[in-house]
Amino acid sequence: MPGNIWVVAEHWQGSPTDAAFEALALGRELADGLGVALEAVVLGSDTGGLAAALGAADRIVAVDHPALSDPIGDVAARTIAALAAERRPEVVLVPITNLGWDLIGLLPARIGCPMVNFVQDASVVDGRIEAASLVYGGKMSTRVAVPAGPAVLAVLPGTRPAEAGRITGPPPVDRVAMDVDPGLIEFCGYREPEAGDVDITRQDVLVAIGRGIGGQGNVELAEELAELLGGAVCGSRPVIDQGWLPMSRQVGKSGHQVKPKLYLALGVSGAPEHVEGMRDAELIIAVNSDPDAPIFRVAHYGVGADLLDVVPELIDRLEAAGKR
Amino acid sequence: MKILVLLKMVPDVVEELEVAPDGRALDTEFLRLIVNERDDHALEQALLLREDAGGEVVVAGLDAPEVDDVLFSALAKGADRAIKLTGFPEGSGAPAVAGMVAGTLPSIDGLLPVDLILTGCQALDDLDGMIGPLLAAALDLPYLGLVAAATVEDGGMLVSKEYSGGVLGDFRVELPAVLGIQAAAKPPRYVPIAKVRQAMSTGTIEGVAASPAGPAPSIEVIEMTKPESAGHAEMITGSPSEAAARIAAVLTDRGLL
Ligand SMILES: Cc1cc2nc3c(=O)[nH]c(=O)nc-3n(C[C@H](O)[C@H](O)[C@H](O)COP(=O)(O)OP(=O)(O)OC[C@H]3O[C@@H](n4cnc5c(N)ncnc54)[C@H](O)[C@@H]3O)c2cc1C
Repeated sequence: MPGNIWVVAEHWQGSPTDAAFEALALGRELADGLGVALEAVVLGSDTGGLAAALGAADRIVAVDHPALSDPIGDVAARTIAALAAERRPEVVLVPITNLGWDLIGLLPARIGCPMVNFVQDASVVDGRIEAASLVYGGKMSTRVAVPAGPAVLAVLPGTRPAEAGRITGPPPVDRVAMDVDPGLIEFCGYREPEAGDVDITRQDVLVAIGRGIGGQGNVELAEELAELLGGAVCGSRPVIDQGWLPMSRQVGKSGHQVKPKLYLALGVSGAPEHVEGMRDAELIIAVNSDPDAPIFRVAHYGVGADLLDVVPELIDRLEAAGKR
Repeated sequence: MKILVLLKMVPDVVEELEVAPDGRALDTEFLRLIVNERDDHALEQALLLREDAGGEVVVAGLDAPEVDDVLFSALAKGADRAIKLTGFPEGSGAPAVAGMVAGTLPSIDGLLPVDLILTGCQALDDLDGMIGPLLAAALDLPYLGLVAAATVEDGGMLVSKEYSGGVLGDFRVELPAVLGIQAAAKPPRYVPIAKVRQAMSTGTIEGVAASPAGPAPSIEVIEMTKPESAGHAEMITGSPSEAAARIAAVLTDRGLL
């Protein structure tokens, strides 16, 4: 008999995150497929108010402890591992978010069980769970036979619609009293980014540059194009890491989530961490010299060419059309 | 402060990737390997910490084609010592590798104790685990990942982790600790090829055979394929000027011009 399906229901400012709801929706399918219960694991210091939102689960396993009030993956991993040793879940689904990041790596280590990362889909096949993962920056898919439980599945954002897991409850709550070791890490607080720059989340048109822009010297080209289109320039992580654009312009997992009318991606490969920040744009046009680039799987239109050839032509055309 | 930096090689995904004949892994025949980008940031952060706090930076690379070049270039950038860990059985997963590394470190002459172990917060082939947290658990050290800033502060470190939208979370951690680096405080330094050549002729890479460890959790890949997509972009062909014309036409159609 397989164990239950667990979803780590991460929460931010008093509510479960979208990623938690997405994982619950996936977990629901797996639990139904195996004929076991879906349990939402909730850690914190005051989790009572969360239960009402977690109706997708059959039961909530809640641990409240002062040491769990701060987002310390080390402490969370030890806590869930101790629960898992006792209760033997089949799989533990953990959303891949910055919030839950340390837990993804530490939980399998603390349980001493296997993990499958970058999970994009999962299903029950002949009574066993199979996971599909996106590896190599989105360039390859793998199907993995998930070993008998417990195993940790780290789930990419966007696997299921959050709405599918957002069901009001409250399900029964199993409050677990346990000792929690506060560990050697102390949380000191959050810092908001400095304001002042363009807010890319409010732009209708974004010209996004990736490493393919080639160097700081070519950023101007993107700026010229953005100006002609009445938008702003944003970028992928490497562009920010190189200092070609300020941090405030980063799109993706650790940057901003944007939803412009037009997202023109130049030399962006389309790694999952980037795509999660822009996949909901209304119109996505990508220019990339690699015809296999994953960005072409989310774009509506693609040009498989050197951006340094295409962009100047586009600028000329817009200028000729009287955009300046 | 003594810092160990762990480096691994990963496929360069800008190149074309092919599936091996067995249908379960990448075809390694034409694979071009590069250092994991986040590990390169880990090395840079280590060098920056040494500039501030003094001490020693030791780099350890997992054996793979071209890893010698990466280790020599680390020496050229200023690392004090370079070690190549060899002897991982073919197909070892992340948990097995981490277990072997944890078991091997104590046997390396003059290496332990270290104050800090830095590695990239993730690599794009981390299908079955990440080496940083696995190693931290094996050595029973605290771990923080997604680290974007780290400074030494009496006996510990102040560490900033990235959250979405540019929010940073600040933490204090006791040493020794393992940190998964997302980004160094500065872009990884460039090292001219002449300096790498010099490191090749004057520096050494110490080869260390990793000691076998007990059984580790593993997963079975059934199949690897190029992802099929529900919707694929409509590809615009033709010369750059034809492509530009088509883009402009699409934008006009959508009322965006
Ligand atoms: C925890 C975590 C969080 C992350 N958060 C983010 C995030 O918020 N945002 C983000 O973007 N990334 C993020 N990343 C990094 C992400 O995994 C990728 O490494 C990154 O998105 C790749 O950026 P890129 O597409 O610019 O570079 P690359 O992947 O190097 O791609 C460059 C592309 O440019 C193309 N190209 C090169 N030259 C040309 C040319 N002349 N003309 C046209 N095309 C060209 C190449 O074919 C290639 O596809 C995160 C990673 C981790 C581990």
